[in-house]
Amino acid sequence: MKRHSAARVISGMALTVGMLAGSAFAATAATITIATVNNSQMVEMQKLSPIWEKKTGNKINWVVLEENVLRQRATTDISTKSGQFDILTIGSYETPIWGKQNWLVALDDFPASYDMADVFPSVRQALTESGHLYAVPFYAESSFTFYRKDLFDKAGLTMPTQPKYSQIKAFADKFTDRAHQQYGICLRGKPGWGENMAYLDTLVNTSGGRWFDEKWQARLDSKAWHDALTFYIDLMRRDGPPGANSNGFNENQALFATGHCAMWIDATSGAGLLYDKSQSQVADKVAFTAAPIDKTPNGSHWFWAWAMAIPSTSKNVAVAKSFLQWSTSREYIELVGNTDGWTVVPPGTRASTYANANYIKAAPFASYVKTAIMTADLDHPTLKKVPYTGIQYVAIPEFQAIGTTVGQMVAAALTGQMTVAQTLKQAQASVTSTMEQSGYTQ
Amino acid sequence: MQRDGHSAARVRTIPLIAPSVGALLVWMIVPLAMTLWFSFRRYNLLNPMLTGFAGINNYRFLLRDPALPSILVITVVLVLAVMVLTISLGVVLAAIFNTGFPGQGIARVLMISPFFVMPTVSALIWKNLLMHPVNGLFAGVLRSLGFPVIDWFSSFPLISIIIIVTWEWLPFAFLILLTALQSLDEEQLEAARLDGAGTIAVFFFIQVPHMARAISVLVMMETIFLLSIFAEIYVTTAGGPGIATTNLPFLIYQRALLAFNIGGASAAGVIAIILANVLAALLIRTVARRLDV
Amino acid sequence: MSGVKTWLAGGVAWLIAIVNFFPIFWMLLASLKTEVEAVQTPPLFIFHPTLANYRDIFALQGYAGYAFNSIAISVLATLLMLLVAVPAAFAMAFYPGRYTRDILLWMLSTKMLPAVGVLVPIYLLSRDLGLLDTRTALVIIDFLSNLPIGVWMLFTFFRETPKDIIEASRIDGANVGQTILYVLLPLVAPGIASTALLSVILCWNEAFWSLNLTAHNAAPLTAFIASFSAPQGLFWARLSAASVLAIAPILAFGWISQRQLVRGLTFGAVK
Repeated sequence: MKRHSAARVISGMALTVGMLAGSAFAATAATITIATVNNSQMVEMQKLSPIWEKKTGNKINWVVLEENVLRQRATTDISTKSGQFDILTIGSYETPIWGKQNWLVALDDFPASYDMADVFPSVRQALTESGHLYAVPFYAESSFTFYRKDLFDKAGLTMPTQPKYSQIKAFADKFTDRAHQQYGICLRGKPGWGENMAYLDTLVNTSGGRWFDEKWQARLDSKAWHDALTFYIDLMRRDGPPGANSNGFNENQALFATGHCAMWIDATSGAGLLYDKSQSQVADKVAFTAAPIDKTPNGSHWFWAWAMAIPSTSKNVAVAKSFLQWSTSREYIELVGNTDGWTVVPPGTRASTYANANYIKAAPFASYVKTAIMTADLDHPTLKKVPYTGIQYVAIPEFQAIGTTVGQMVAAALTGQMTVAQTLKQAQASVTSTMEQSGYTQ
Repeated sequence: MQRDGHSAARVRTIPLIAPSVGALLVWMIVPLAMTLWFSFRRYNLLNPMLTGFAGINNYRFLLRDPALPSILVITVVLVLAVMVLTISLGVVLAAIFNTGFPGQGIARVLMISPFFVMPTVSALIWKNLLMHPVNGLFAGVLRSLGFPVIDWFSSFPLISIIIIVTWEWLPFAFLILLTALQSLDEEQLEAARLDGAGTIAVFFFIQVPHMARAISVLVMMETIFLLSIFAEIYVTTAGGPGIATTNLPFLIYQRALLAFNIGGASAAGVIAIILANVLAALLIRTVARRLDV
Repeated sequence: MSGVKTWLAGGVAWLIAIVNFFPIFWMLLASLKTEVEAVQTPPLFIFHPTLANYRDIFALQGYAGYAFNSIAISVLATLLMLLVAVPAAFAMAFYPGRYTRDILLWMLSTKMLPAVGVLVPIYLLSRDLGLLDTRTALVIIDFLSNLPIGVWMLFTFFRETPKDIIEASRIDGANVGQTILYVLLPLVAPGIASTALLSVILCWNEAFWSLNLTAHNAAPLTAFIASFSAPQGLFWARLSAASVLAIAPILAFGWISQRQLVRGLTFGAVK
């Protein structure tokens, strides 16, 4: 089908070329297929893309999917070299792994007008493998603490600029009022390496734990993991909402937006929506501070970037590059700001966004986000030394499986099906087995 | 079965049957052969460096998994529970709908509607709009009546899935049973009533036995479809908490599409094929005999 | 049955029917709310309905394209299935041989393989045959998945057709094709119609292959839903609207044709 429509475009083009006697852009015009995740920023990009289509004469086929489905589709497509997509939306987790396999086109040759130096160095570093940039960031996020200013004021409490987990626990106990469906804290509980484990990893990191030691031996049987998991489960049982084991980012955001949570530790990208009066009942009551810490600041807040890359199987690399240069540019960010308001521009990628007076005025959380992103150090995510990079993930192909399996066990512990000790014992055994199967350990 | 002098005809039937058999044979054998082959390979989509012959390692890692027995049990419990619920509810409903009350046509349309809803959509409705413990409808109703809220997917994960799947399949059972009941001879019913049989007696001694063949059909059809329940689990619980709602298709999905461990997934696929054939041999054959196919 | 009993049965039946339909109705209500109203506690029954969610969806996503693919795939796969299944069912019902029963059971057993187990083999095959993201691939797969059910359903209908008619027609000199076309088909039309209906419904609701083998060109409505199911932010109302749009055609189709479907769904269970 794609070939047919491409053929139609080409024959159409031939006619146009004939009539216009070979105008420059008609020669490059093509149809590209872009797979992306259905987050609001990407949906916005889809809405604005006709501007690019008009400017260049190219056409875009959009494939918009939910995150998990997108990841499956993208992975199956790229690893079997099927070439159904010209641009894939992927995360900072996949980029270095796929780059290393030469599955992606290196994007080192962007023109000076793109102003690569404007992109935050920590973001560029996350998308670089062996010296090549393999994806350009669409938006980036870290994690921090959301809280309800009105509740804190009423109780005469102040949220510190760098809270400790012990303080968070005390606050959560105070604000929990089950009779009025108000819960002290909302945290992720839905199993998945990008769901409950993303949060729990930051808690483990700051408690001094790690996934693997320098020899790739699993260390889930350590005291740090035990302490972190015990803390998480106690906190959620006492002060969390019911059904926490099926709450991910979305569900918690909805709970916070409808006034059910006093505190929420999650992605910085959640802030924009909570400020939007049409979608949030707490728009004038929400405030922010850094993610809590315990023993060490290392890895206490995560780093994630949604980025766009070109599979090496693409037949339209030049056109795809031209789209990337448009959709991740400073001009694009300004376009979104001017059309839809500055609160919803794709955050976390460019220094210029954070120097823009319009943005700072519209997004009071901007400085917190910038600090969080710039201090998230993917290369030193833990207290002790580790052989891997990544804060809320381990940048190896096996981690999706490991993270999801352990995530399931943690969810089981949260619902009380298993004790913390049983959970960690099983998790340790399962991770050890996977690592042995994949040849990291003997 | 009739075998009276059709030997000439039997030759002519081959071209009629061959397309069906041929198509299904290809559809079965090609993927099966590939699955078998992969199940003995070290093959992970995410790690092209990992290649070669794995021997029985994929099976060893699978069978050594302490979760496997419970996953098999969950797979079977899910099928049986939904089957028992849909058939018993369907039998009662068919008897009620057979009485010819006012507005029966519209009520029947309402009854069968869930059958037309995509599994993903029904799972989404139940999860987000009905069973959600904070802003779902059930929680709202319980709360307004002063009862504690039920946290469905944490406290009763498997039961919640069974409820959703039963809702989806009840219309199908109901339709087939109603059709069967409507073919019941009125005279036979009249005779029973003249003999003094009440509604309950008629139901148990005449209507239910009359539906026996339809029930056999349902057992067979539902086994086929329910063994591969996947979308409902994927959308609501993702197999959890723990492995409380992980059935065999979901386990294979985890291996194949979360871990991209094609070797391991293929080994699990082979186990699923064996299970399917064992069930086919046991269950379908007994049921099919009743249907004197 | 006495009047009181009929009324009682009617009351119970209506109550159950309404409860049973309620989730779909509730989704319809949610699709007419704003996002904030859709998650409000206690749940809202009375509100000011809005069509904004539907407008949003139509503004952005090519609903028509997805719907067209759903219709095209369901209809073509069903036609292909009937084309192959009718002759087979005819032969098995009228000229049963020693292996007829085994062939039928074997066909059904192919339905028991979990699709997810063979995803990668099928994906690789589709890639090599150039069938990824084509309606052809989905038509073939839907055809093959419904073929066993189709053969079996048709078989049970054909078996109940009086054999004398066929014999008579053969004696009159008609060949097998003519016999099927002019004598048998009119007799078993209701059976074929309900087999087709069931097949259309199953094709329409097929999600796994639709999601995994399509990108843009061949994506049907089940893929359309996947783009709404978990975006960030509040999404219940818009998701409900998308779901209503995805199921509306098949629901309408099912309602209109339900009498036909009921008549045909016997699977030989009726004597």
